[in-house]
Amino acid sequence: MPEHSVTAELGLSATPVSWWRRAKNVTVTFAALGAVILVLLPLGAVFGYLVYKGIGSINWAFLTQSPKPVGEPGGGMANAIAGTVLILGIASSFGVPIGIGAGIYLAEYGRNRFGNLIRFTADVLNGVPSIVVGIVAYGLVVLSQRHFSALAGGVALAIMMIPIITRATEEMLLLVPNTVREAAYGLGVSRWRTTISITLRTATSGVITGVMLAFARVAGETAPLLFTAFGNQYWNWKLNQPTAALSLQIFVYAISPFDEWHRQAWAGALILIVLIVVSIMAVRIAASRGMMKGAN
Amino acid sequence: MGVGIQVEHLNAWFGKTQALRDINIQIAGNHATAVIGPSGCGKSTFVRCLNRMHETIPDARATGRVRIGELDVYNGTSAVAIRRRIGMVFQKPNPFPTMSIFGNVAAGLRLNGFRNRKRTAEIVERSLRYSALWEEVKDIMHKKSGASLSGGQQQRLCIARALAVEPEVLLMDEPCSALDPISTGKIEELIFQLKEQFTIVIVTHNMQQASRVAEFTGFFLLGNLIEFDKTEKIFTTPSDKRTEDYITGRFG
Repeated sequence: MPEHSVTAELGLSATPVSWWRRAKNVTVTFAALGAVILVLLPLGAVFGYLVYKGIGSINWAFLTQSPKPVGEPGGGMANAIAGTVLILGIASSFGVPIGIGAGIYLAEYGRNRFGNLIRFTADVLNGVPSIVVGIVAYGLVVLSQRHFSALAGGVALAIMMIPIITRATEEMLLLVPNTVREAAYGLGVSRWRTTISITLRTATSGVITGVMLAFARVAGETAPLLFTAFGNQYWNWKLNQPTAALSLQIFVYAISPFDEWHRQAWAGALILIVLIVVSIMAVRIAASRGMMKGAN
Repeated sequence: MGVGIQVEHLNAWFGKTQALRDINIQIAGNHATAVIGPSGCGKSTFVRCLNRMHETIPDARATGRVRIGELDVYNGTSAVAIRRRIGMVFQKPNPFPTMSIFGNVAAGLRLNGFRNRKRTAEIVERSLRYSALWEEVKDIMHKKSGASLSGGQQQRLCIARALAVEPEVLLMDEPCSALDPISTGKIEELIFQLKEQFTIVIVTHNMQQASRVAEFTGFFLLGNLIEFDKTEKIFTTPSDKRTEDYITGRFG
């Protein structure tokens, strides 16, 4: 400790830190550590159990073949994996732009009663049970097309993604300091250009987190797909035809009376989680490529 | 080239609170003009009215006539077009955090649709040289974010960014209040050189700074322009009692 320090002047520097303060310090540190473990434990347990139960049934056939009829061994969930990718693709291509657009409106232009109405609507929509969202998509898409379809499933999931993305985008844009917007206005940049090129770009990593949150939330949804995508034992790439999805397949196999199907359901669940983790990581890596070093 | 600014009967409000009362002032081209006064006297509002930044605040409005050169600021020109010709430097350095140093200086050009890469690089270099930052950043300007610089460097970066769009007037709203004396000295030196090319209006809390950099000084109090004259006159023989009280430190 330097001689000129205030504590030295006051004659305090010789006093060691009391045992009471040290005890408090250690207690709080361990409490925080314990909380972290409690958070990670369920995740680790779920993933570990899935690997334990599911890894044995994952083989080349599982990843490349569609299901075999009951009683025949083998077959796989390739069509369901493809169906999940297809439906999530549709959901994201509707949900992400609409969600981000609405979030931009709320943050940059929505300081009024109409904005409050949208905010309230988004929060309520967020709380609507997923099965009800499925019924809405059934009424909107399935009935008018007279077909269960991948499109209907995608729309149902998009409806669930929109409020999450909207609110997350709004929050993240509001975190961007006003001085950054002013800097752009001061350069003669128009308001919409500032919003897109400056404000949204500054908030990119936060917005991506929101999008990923919404994506992960709907990726495993089963209820909204029951009477929209419906499920399919065969391959399908047409948007207007019933389509298999991992979550549906897991549901059907898990409640079946066959041991072989149970094992495949575990494997399907493992694949679904891996799929979600991989896509989140891919987006994160792609997004961090464009970031500047030293930016906060 | 810098142009003069004429302000006639300028009034400004925040909601129902009047922040500026009937301001009339003639600011000379190619000179630095300082705006001084105690906190809350309306000096920031005044410069923000010159490039219509005032109206970006909800419920804020302004009336009166402001002419910058031949340009009628509040009549028939869009705020965006005005701001392209009037640069602004803010109190706190505010580089765009996601952009490189180069990107920050080029931002004004790029965001306004300027696409010529070679010209952009030339303008960026010239602007960074103007703001005396070139030597410090020329090797890192593509790799490092504008936010990674020190506070004083960030403020000079913001000056370069404002200069890159080739404004005729540069408004500075307490540009040194967040900086240490060395950085402040650098910026003041800069102002000295810049006024050969631009008209500068600088808001400052620091009366020594006003006397160092500006030929003309205006004293604001409670939203009124009390006195406007040559800096020397304001600081030696002010004609208004209130100006004298302020500069001798009796209040404010």
